[in-house]
Amino acid sequence: MTMANPYLPLDARIVERIQESPTLFTLRLELTDPAAKAAYAFEPGQFNMLYLHGVGEVAISIVSDPLEEHLIDHTIRQVGRVTGGLAALQAGDHLGLRGPFGRGWPVQQAQGRDLVIVTGGLGCAPVVSAIEYVLRRCGEFGRVNIVQGVKHADDFIWRERYDRWAECPDTKVLIAADVGSPLWPGHVGLVTELFDQLNFDPANATVMMCGPEGMMRAAARDLLAMGMPPQDMWLSMERNMQCAAGHCGHCQFGPKFVCKDGPVFSYDQIADLLQVKGL
Amino acid sequence: MDSQPTYLPRAQLQTLIDGLLTAGYQVLGPMLEQDVIQYRPLDSTSQLPRGVHDHQAPGSYRTTTTDSTRQFAWANGPQALKPLLFAPTEPLWRVERDADGALRFITAVPEAAPTAVIGVRACDLAALRLQDRHFLEGEHPDPYYRARRDNLLLVAVDCSHPADTCFCASTGDGPDCDDSADIVLTELADGFLLWSYSARGRAITEPLALAKASADQVQNGKASIAAAAATQPRRLPAADLPTTLFANQAHPHWDDVAKRCLACGNCTLVCPSCFCHRSEETPALGGASSEHSRVWDSCFTSGHAHLHSTHLRETSRDQYRQWLTHKFGGWVEQYGRSGCTGCGRCISWCPVGIDVTAELAALCAEAAGGNA
Repeated sequence: MTMANPYLPLDARIVERIQESPTLFTLRLELTDPAAKAAYAFEPGQFNMLYLHGVGEVAISIVSDPLEEHLIDHTIRQVGRVTGGLAALQAGDHLGLRGPFGRGWPVQQAQGRDLVIVTGGLGCAPVVSAIEYVLRRCGEFGRVNIVQGVKHADDFIWRERYDRWAECPDTKVLIAADVGSPLWPGHVGLVTELFDQLNFDPANATVMMCGPEGMMRAAARDLLAMGMPPQDMWLSMERNMQCAAGHCGHCQFGPKFVCKDGPVFSYDQIADLLQVKGL
Repeated sequence: MDSQPTYLPRAQLQTLIDGLLTAGYQVLGPMLEQDVIQYRPLDSTSQLPRGVHDHQAPGSYRTTTTDSTRQFAWANGPQALKPLLFAPTEPLWRVERDADGALRFITAVPEAAPTAVIGVRACDLAALRLQDRHFLEGEHPDPYYRARRDNLLLVAVDCSHPADTCFCASTGDGPDCDDSADIVLTELADGFLLWSYSARGRAITEPLALAKASADQVQNGKASIAAAAATQPRRLPAADLPTTLFANQAHPHWDDVAKRCLACGNCTLVCPSCFCHRSEETPALGGASSEHSRVWDSCFTSGHAHLHSTHLRETSRDQYRQWLTHKFGGWVEQYGRSGCTGCGRCISWCPVGIDVTAELAALCAEAAGGNA
């Protein structure tokens, strides 16, 4: 999508609103301008700026499949001023949308390779569109490993989605919760404790991870020890984003602009930065 | 400056201003206002800071006025060209909500008036090129900056009186101005050497029908620039700053600076290359419309690195480290060179007189194994 003015949002209408958990909801959006709707295209891992009338903008990753017909899905956690207001919107309401922005997951270069997807908490949202992309193209990729960690078993959403993924051929789904519950079907503990169950060849694999930086640091450390080359491990980073065009400066992570150089980086690009507190 | 300059007698400087006004430019020039040099609209040479000198030191900026007839015998004031292009506050768009709830977004890209600035310094020209790179040469060129930039004509004046806080010779950005200005002047005792580097500049200067400068005049100009460079007491360490800074993020000297730094953000506001800004929303009381603006921000505010409910850079240690590491390190990867052009403003306008050249020297010396 070419934008003469990268700051100017487009009008979008909420087609459907899905409550995923007490604090998580998904907005399925449609651009109201037919030409903009037809021209809109994105890659898994990219994000949009959503604008709530009279309140402001927030960066939200896109969770739908890029080939899905003209509906743009965003799963949002109700945490702040803008997301709190977005949570109150219903189907038929309007908001502003500009995007997509950023560099997404390397789904093209991952073709034919094993995949290890490691996510923590709501970290799952930015990789959901990559997972859907991969699983809809069965046979184009090698063995798929999906490892999801949550703090508490109650934070685990999209259980039916994970069940569906687990039924795909050559696909392994592993889940972990720091704190379990009586009916918790997964591991109780850290995601990294599940790594000995992974099916992958480090020499021919792509890792995608996203979630808390501490989790990603630990996962990268353990996968490196298992022989994963740093340049084949990809991480989705999160920082304060206000303009999304690389201008406002808030999303800087060392010399990187997360909004335009990322949000997805290969581990070798940011390994040193991840070790520094307060960046 | 290889081409042969012309000579503009001081008594004819007004004809240059008149030429700009006649050509339809709003003319801004240096004026002594609130005891500092500021670029303000002017139409007469009598408004220029004749005989004014600035005296800058860490945490200090003072001016004195002598009976010298020179109009550009000062280094710089608190603001460079930045506010003229990247406005401190700027509406980006308005939105109106229709009866059915649909949102209509209306751009607020300005109609910029042709503007000429007289008295631009080499450090600020270099910083302007950095801002051009940041706002215009990426994937998403900024139409607001673009509108003003396209309408800007620059009359630069080589710096003959650097302040003690200046170190442009060390960054390679001054004290003489290059051909990225439309017109460049070197101030001599009774007039100016004049170079016209652009078609727009020549359209203004050719009607003045100036004579070629003499060899002596050109030599005097060169000598004044060499002398100005030689008087600058400050310089950057010779070390590879990006490597040194990124390798020393845990250095104890950051705690030492943090004890002095007030995290007031003055350095970022006077810096001619700092580009950070935040968005602001001003809804109309009736709720049917709203205005979305951008406002200068600073990496010294805790909100700058706000993420969800936390601040990633909470302490002034983290904030100062971010500023210095970005300015002298991050810029190199982002834009191919350091973000500092040696104007020295962050030294003069720091209320506690923190001197970037001294902090960098301390970090480099200690990093190299020396004692603090």
